[in-house]
Amino acid sequence: MTWDSWSAFFEMGGYGLYVWGSVILAFALIFGEILSLAIRWNSGIKHLANWLHSEEKDDDENKV
Amino acid sequence: MSVTDTLPTRSAFSTSVWFKYATPQMFFPLAGKLIPLFAVIGAVLTMLGLYIGFFVAPTDWQQGDSYRIIFLHVPAAWMSMVIYLALAFWAGIGLVMNTRLSSMMATALAPTGAIFTVITLWTGAMWGKPTWGAWWVWDARLTSELILLFLYIGFMALQASIDDARRADKAGAVLALVGVVNVPIIYFSVKWWNTLHQGASVSLGNAPSMEKTMLAGMLIMALAFWAYSIAVALMRVRCIILERERHSDWLKQYSDSLEKQS
Repeated sequence: MTWDSWSAFFEMGGYGLYVWGSVILAFALIFGEILSLAIRWNSGIKHLANWLHSEEKDDDENKV
Repeated sequence: MSVTDTLPTRSAFSTSVWFKYATPQMFFPLAGKLIPLFAVIGAVLTMLGLYIGFFVAPTDWQQGDSYRIIFLHVPAAWMSMVIYLALAFWAGIGLVMNTRLSSMMATALAPTGAIFTVITLWTGAMWGKPTWGAWWVWDARLTSELILLFLYIGFMALQASIDDARRADKAGAVLALVGVVNVPIIYFSVKWWNTLHQGASVSLGNAPSMEKTMLAGMLIMALAFWAYSIAVALMRVRCIILERERHSDWLKQYSDSLEKQS
């Protein structure tokens, strides 16, 4: 193990700001991308369902 | 799981597996199955890579613990270039072969490539400040990487500005192919010019000039980012297919077949 204590781990030998600043931004962007894709997928599914639903309605109206 | 069986097959394409999956309706369910696979590989390798990088790898004698930024910086920089090459490849195939799925793949890769370019530039600044004393210098390596970010943004902005999807694909492809010239410039910039940026720690044909656990952590993070990139690009291409082919019969049949299963 490289570290004597957790506080030494967070200090990163005095470079904590730079190391954790890198880690936090990188993973914020990665999780942000995953989240935005999940939202985009759900809205795509919703639009598809609406479209299919409106198609069915049109078919029913045509029958009448 | 026989979703693919229920889809309309085009006999002309069924002879080759590559052509079989070259249409959105065949690729859509396949991508859906591959996403969890690559997501799990990416997550496991990220945890392993971060563990090795932050707990096993020793402190660098020269740079102290600031060097640990390498475990994000170098893999992200590799991905920013590899994704651009993949983007240009698929955009080029879409342009020449007129295959809409290839163009969709190029469009799907762009935001992920841009994100890795931002990570590269940001972590580079975070590493430059303590080691060089500057967040940014107009050095060949840094400047060409910044141009890569502008290429990604330009590609996305150009495609977003054209309403017709196929015309947007073609315009984007031309831009992407012209921009490919920047990738070797980034890669070889540290050799061609006298730069502040350090040379390659790992290169083909040379023994890596790194301690073993440092190298292992970096390579595992690179594989993790590969798997992540594949997973999110497939997620995004499925979103794009869903948006573009909403009114097509195959998606209607596909959603019907899913309803029957559930």
